[in-house]
Amino acid sequence: MTTRTTFQRRTVLAAAAASAALPLAAWAQQPPIRIGSTLALTGPLSATAQVHKLVGEIYVEDLNKRGGLLGRKVEWILKDDQSKADLARTLYEQLITSDKVDLLMGPYATGGILSAMGVAQRYNKVLVHHTLGVPSLAKYDMQFPAWSLGSDPGVTTTNTVFEALAKGPKPPKTVAVVTSKFPSIHFMSMGARETLKKRGLQEVLFLEWEFGNRDFGPIASRVKDAKPDFVWVGAIGLDGNLLLDAMKKIDYAPPQHFYLYPAPGPLVTLPEASGALSVTIFEEHPPFTSRPKAAEFIKTYHERAAKANFPDTSVEVQAAASFTAWQILEGAVNATKSLDDKVLADWLKKNRVETIQGSLRFDGPSNYGDDLMRIKQVQNGKWVVVYPPEFAAPGAKMTAR
Amino acid sequence: MSFPSWTLLSQSVLSGVFAGALYGLLGLGLGLSWGLLRTINLAHFAFAFLSAYICYQLAAVSHVDPLLTLAGIVPLMFALGAGLHWLTDRFRLTPFSSLLLTFGCMGIVESLMQTLWTADPRKLESHYAEMKFRLGPLYLPIPEVLTLLLAVAITVAVWAVLRFTDLGKALRASAEDAPVAAAFGINQRRNGFLLAGTCSAIAGIAGVCIALSSSISPSQMYAWVGVVFAAVMLGGLGSALGPLLAGIVIGVSEAVTMAVTSPSWAPLVSFTLLILILLLRPGRIR
Repeated sequence: MTTRTTFQRRTVLAAAAASAALPLAAWAQQPPIRIGSTLALTGPLSATAQVHKLVGEIYVEDLNKRGGLLGRKVEWILKDDQSKADLARTLYEQLITSDKVDLLMGPYATGGILSAMGVAQRYNKVLVHHTLGVPSLAKYDMQFPAWSLGSDPGVTTTNTVFEALAKGPKPPKTVAVVTSKFPSIHFMSMGARETLKKRGLQEVLFLEWEFGNRDFGPIASRVKDAKPDFVWVGAIGLDGNLLLDAMKKIDYAPPQHFYLYPAPGPLVTLPEASGALSVTIFEEHPPFTSRPKAAEFIKTYHERAAKANFPDTSVEVQAAASFTAWQILEGAVNATKSLDDKVLADWLKKNRVETIQGSLRFDGPSNYGDDLMRIKQVQNGKWVVVYPPEFAAPGAKMTAR
Repeated sequence: MSFPSWTLLSQSVLSGVFAGALYGLLGLGLGLSWGLLRTINLAHFAFAFLSAYICYQLAAVSHVDPLLTLAGIVPLMFALGAGLHWLTDRFRLTPFSSLLLTFGCMGIVESLMQTLWTADPRKLESHYAEMKFRLGPLYLPIPEVLTLLLAVAITVAVWAVLRFTDLGKALRASAEDAPVAAAFGINQRRNGFLLAGTCSAIAGIAGVCIALSSSISPSQMYAWVGVVFAAVMLGGLGSALGPLLAGIVIGVSEAVTMAVTSPSWAPLVSFTLLILILLLRPGRIR
């Protein structure tokens, strides 16, 4: 009896050990799932692309710690597109035909994404992308955006901005719209013009400049001369800093001011940017941080970004969109237990994915869902969300001069 | 379209003069190198931005006064310029070949700056940025005033050297007819190094002015190429006074265009002037 019991115990222990080792054996025997993408690791877009690289590394490491995808290790094949959209096209072609990746992840930024989208379409591959600035250009039915700005942000996002102002401490009556002619900026500024007219506000100034404009002095002088209650600045990158510098030189500070897609780190450090408004999908405070995975991601990102000497270590739009893109891909693969692009695309179009941005859907025009853009403001040297109230940082309210 | 107020127009003209001073300062070295050494030095822009970054690093991180950084930047840029001249001289490059070589150098310096300071924009916050004069309703920011004063002082000094000194006469003679100048015992090799170094040193000074008055990022240097080339061609190759005067004409034209019409029309001004010069006075570019 005793012998039999011992035998049974040994058998059970051996079986348990074998079954525990099975996934490890499978992990070791099966080839990894290869996810291919390019990023602008060098060239003028490299600073922001480094954010996407770091987020991808953090995500894939964590994913593999959790057992990978479908019990297989995940390998990220990343190539440098040198900030060139034409090179991105060539490299995506290589990723599919030569590297034979299982899945694709999008590049950064709009030009590169559109190039990659063309290649993905040719090979019927799903393309999840981070920050495409012009939704109307996304014509391929198996592309999925991770930046939840809705299919028509020229109407919806601009409406959110003016709604926030109308409910703010000093609803404006007159507006100056000054904007870069950079494509993803310009259509939003034109949308702002339409929205302000619909809301009965008066446009006292409209100015456009070419991307790369050097001298913002005359633009600042014209804004000052127009005396608007609110200045909409169709800014990308440094434009906002340069305009604020020029305004400071003539002792002018706009009563209320908005910057569309500024370089967030450099703008927030300017003393004259106090009270500046912008849009966001994620900031480092509740309720964003209380979403699953968010707090853990922020902690890891801070550590790794500081180690990599990033000038700004906070998680905001770019990092959040990048993390979301990986969540979308993981969500679809896990739900369908498949790597078939058609199966993944069909599932994504019919289901929501829970991400750190919120619950995303892809069943609208161009596979865009809801516009989840919120209004943030520079307060005490930090960006905080101020509108809508349910997404505002604890205790934060919009301020005006 | 309503006519802009007098204050707006005057402030815009001032802004144009300040921008033009920087065009002139950058154009001075480029034009002298092109006109007297037959080297079209695109690396001139890279040296200017490298200087802007060195100024930023020393001032923002090591807390050195931005103007004092010139003490290190000027000799460093002189050495870089002389080094580059050694290359062009060693391989006896034609102006077009020098354009290609220095374009490559521009890319190398850009990559170096991206590696050291990233592609992210940087802004030097100095006490000079807070200082400004008031002239009635008009504002004169100190960094821009300093740029204008430096541009005028350096331009006049270079003009005087070229006009009145033996060195200046030797440089002009070498550019005019090198073999005859050599027959008169002019040491063209030494003068070439001296001039190339001086041109790059002036680019270094322009870089410090850029750091004082504007945000900087490595790729921004390309935005200056077109307008500074226009200033050089309009001012005349090898001319000392020309680039500054032409720069101010272009700067004021751009600023007034921005004040009166749409700012997006401003770049057309410099390039229209450039095309007109090429069509009407092709002899200015040899």
